[in-house]
Parts: sequence; C-alpha cells; structure tokens
Amino acid sequence: MAISKKEVEHVAWLARLFLTEEEKERFTKQLSQILDHAGKIAKLDTSKVPPTSHVLPLKNVFRGDKTRFSLPREEVLSNAPKKEDGSFLVPKII
Amino acid sequence: MELYKLTAHELHRMLKERKISAFELCRSVFSRVGEFEDKIKAYITLTEEQALTKAREVDEKIKAGERLSSLAGIPTAIKDNMCTKGLLTTCASKILQNYMPIYTATAVERLFAQDIVLTGKTNMDEFAMGSSTENSAFFATRNPWNLETVPGGSSGGSAAAVAAGEAILSLGSDTGGSIRQPAALCGVVGLKPTYGLVSRYGLVAFASSLDQIGPITKDVMDCALLLNYIAGHDPLDSTSLRVEIPDYTKALVDEVKGLKIGVPVELMGEGIQTEVREAIESAIKLLEDLGACCQEVSLPHLDYALSAYYIIAPAEASSNLARFDGVRYGYRVPEKVEDIMEMYFRTRAEGFGNEVKRRIMLGTYALSAGYYEAYYGQAQKIRTLIVNDFNKAFEKFDVLISPTSPSVAFKIGEKYEDPLRMYMSDICTIPVNLAGIPAISIPCGEADGLPIGLQIMGKPLDEETILRVAYTFEQNFGFKEKTKFVGNV
Repeated sequence: MAISKKEVEHVAWLARLFLTEEEKERFTKQLSQILDHAGKIAKLDTSKVPPTSHVLPLKNVFRGDKTRFSLPREEVLSNAPKKEDGSFLVPKII
Repeated sequence: MELYKLTAHELHRMLKERKISAFELCRSVFSRVGEFEDKIKAYITLTEEQALTKAREVDEKIKAGERLSSLAGIPTAIKDNMCTKGLLTTCASKILQNYMPIYTATAVERLFAQDIVLTGKTNMDEFAMGSSTENSAFFATRNPWNLETVPGGSSGGSAAAVAAGEAILSLGSDTGGSIRQPAALCGVVGLKPTYGLVSRYGLVAFASSLDQIGPITKDVMDCALLLNYIAGHDPLDSTSLRVEIPDYTKALVDEVKGLKIGVPVELMGEGIQTEVREAIESAIKLLEDLGACCQEVSLPHLDYALSAYYIIAPAEASSNLARFDGVRYGYRVPEKVEDIMEMYFRTRAEGFGNEVKRRIMLGTYALSAGYYEAYYGQAQKIRTLIVNDFNKAFEKFDVLISPTSPSVAFKIGEKYEDPLRMYMSDICTIPVNLAGIPAISIPCGEADGLPIGLQIMGKPLDEETILRVAYTFEQNFGFKEKTKFVGNV
C-alpha cells in the first residue's frame, strides 16, 4: 500500500474533511492504487529539468492602482448561509 | 420543418432571410426537450420561459431591420460550472445546489451580447471531475446514441444536448478532456482552445493551470463561429492572452495538400480499442489521399502524462476547493455545531461527493510535507518534458492526430467503482491540457452503433490549422448528415 489508513486520516484532517470508517477504508485502498500508478513518474531522472507550473510566457500581470467598481455588500452577502449586520456569521472560533 | 436538426450557420441564414422566426426555432428545440429530456437528462436547469421571451426579442430586432449577429436567436446550452447572474449555477454539486451567482462568466456574457437564446444549464460530473457525467450529485446523463451508455464527461450534458437536438450550440469546459471526450462519445464536434485564449472569469475553478472553456457543436463551421465570439483578452482573467483574434471561419478551407501530420505512436498503442484504432487509420488514409503527408512520431514522455496529470490536477483542485467552507456561499451543515472546525469538517463531508473527496485527498496528500517534491514537484518537471516533446514534434509537423477517446461510449456503471480505470478514459486528451495547446475532436466513424472521435492537436494559438484539417476531413468523410444530427433516441 502506497498510503496507510493513518496517513489517510491525517490528510483528511489537513483537507478539513470528516470521513466515515467506510470512507477511510475505501480511500486507503483507492488512493494506494492511484498513487502506485502515479508513482511511475519517480522513475524518470529529472534532476536537470525545470518545473512547469504554467504554460504561458506571462509574468507579473499588473494593472493601475485605481479604484474600480466592486460588488455591492448586499449582493455579496446574498448567498451567505448565515449573515448578520452586513457580515458573514460563523460559529465560535476560539 | 425540424429546425432542431440544423446547424447555427444554416439557421442564421434562414433567420436573416426571414424564412423562420427565432420563436419558432426556440419552440422546435424545446419540443425536442419535452420529448426526450426525461430519457437523456442533459440539463440541470431549463430556462424555457426566458428563452421564448428572448427569442421574441430577437424577432423584434429582425422585424425592425437591425443588424443580426451570426448567433442571434440560436438556442445555446451552458455547462453548469459557468456563472450566470441570477440563474442557479450548481457545478452538479450539493455544496453549490442553491448558489445564485451575482455576476456572469465572461465567455457567457459575450454570447449574451450576441443575442443567443439560453436554453439552460447542463449536467456534468461534480466540479468537472469525471469522464462519464455519472459523478453529478443530481443524476446521470445518458448518451443519445444509446441510452445504456454514458455521454462521456465531464461536459456530458452539453455534448448530449447538442447531439440530441436539445440545443443547437453549447459551451463546455476542458481540464483533461472534458470537452473533447464527451464530444467524441456523442458524435459531435468539441474544441479545447489554447490555454489563455478564452477567459476563465466566472468559470468555477477546478485546476486553474489546465481549465479552458470551449465550444461543443454539430459541425466544424459552428465550432469556428462560436470560438469567434468567446475568444479574446479579458482584464478580469490575469492568465488571459493579449492576442489578435482572427475570424476562425475564414480558416475553413477544404485543403490539406502538403500539410505535415504527425501520429504520436504513444497514443495509438496499448489500451486503444481495435475499432477505434482502425477508424483513426482510415482517417489517416483519407487525409493522405487528400494530399497531406502523415508520419509516425514519438513523444516519449506522453506515457507519463496520465500519472503527472493525476498529481497536478488534484493538487490544484484541493487548493481551489478550499474555498467551499460554508461561510460565504453554498451549503452549510444545518445542525448546531460546537465550533467553526466542526462546521468546516461536516459541511465539506456532506457537501462534496465521492470523486471530489477522492481528488481533494489525493491533491492534499501530493502537496503535504514530505511528499511535495516526490509527487507535485516531480509531476511539474514531467510537465516540462511533455511540453518539450510537443515543441519538438511541432518543429516537424503542422498538426498531430490521435483518437480522442481510447474506446467508444462505455456502459453506465461500468467504470464507476474503479477510479483508475475511469481516469484511463482521458489518456489521449490529457497531454494536450498539460502542454496548453489547442485540440479538436470530430466524428470519424462508428463501432457498435456508437461514434468514434478523431483528435487533431495544434501548435499554441494555431486553432486555424486544426480547424482547417477538421473541416477538410468533415467535408470529405461523408459523416456529415450524422454529424449534424445524431439523436436516434
């Protein structure tokens, strides 16, 4: 197995995903299969190859630092599951 | 007359000559929807009433003698991952099932500016992750050629709608083949433009360095026409290219004499269904008869493309989908929770489907401490090798051709429980996204009564040449009647 159940639990924590026991078992198996297959990329010697994060030759796209139209607060809040006094409302943080 | 069978360019002429009205056309498409939609299920949201109102508006313009855009009054479907202001945009996910965008995606806005008639928002794999449209949180879409088979994915709804005459044109999005593969499986035309040619503003992000919006149509002429209007720089997308946009319909010349066509051996070997390989070989023969020069070529690193893609795309997805946290929009767990952490964990667990969770897990793992270099770093270097392979091939060849999909449409449920086998469906289309180049899929045959797609790949920003090859093939292949209308339901 390329990945253990314990690692699956850790990754689920990083990804903020609650997983059931059944999902943990299934993902351990399926992710191992996928990672085994993807693991073949390790075979290539790439010590002299630069990485590509983006195919375009674009660099640092700038615009003038000018005030532009922005969305009205009411509209921005219109999809919020909970809101109060013009703000998003969330459960207790601390 | 059955107007839903016709192409946009044919319908435009009839509208202009006042032989038909936009209202009649709209009614014809919706009568088709009424008849077959419960079988095919191409749409998540239908907008018949608004469509008929818009069609009447177009008719008024015609009556007033106003200049008519080539797309005016043409019933068009939009994949449900493109934001439409005031119209539900779900991404086929429970987490966005009530999401009402407050702005419209640039590509869609541009079509609205041409007076298209929006028929509705089409079904897809949740967050565009999948190759069969079975990963929709709502329902699976079926292939109009055979209701027991999948339409491909993730833009399965858009492809099925066009194939069944439930829309004349549609937009899809393509991250690893999501326009081309469903187009191939449904016997229609689909194009993924060069990365950066079409604005991604308002497209719900999956893997931002790979995603592109593109047309799905009945023929190559409609494809060029639709591309004309969606391509072009957009200040709202910082990866959008500042380039001159040609009239792509001018590239449609029936001529490939002297053109150099490469056939990557890596995309014709193991895993390709025999009938598919034979259809591609016949297509090569036809192009040679028409004067093109076809030759095998090796792009050795394509063998690693699938592996690299299934690291890079999930890595970008895991980061992009972090925004779905139940705070600003979308689903939030309805029960009372202890604290914000519990809210995050349960909202995401209940809001995302299986495949999306699987990719978030995969991507998070590939980016996590200790694995980053071995997986994500290495995959990015392989991406460089793949880009180099294409550059080298394009020094010698004008275009490259291959199958679009390794097989014809597969049975519903056949690969659903086996993610790795499902991922293999994109083996021929994925390299194109990694390299950012344009590619088109067009029908080139049939096996078991199901269509086969030919993929034509081009140099960056050379959509014109792939469109010319596609057009020439279409004109000489004789699949045209079928390409125009395949809805044998």
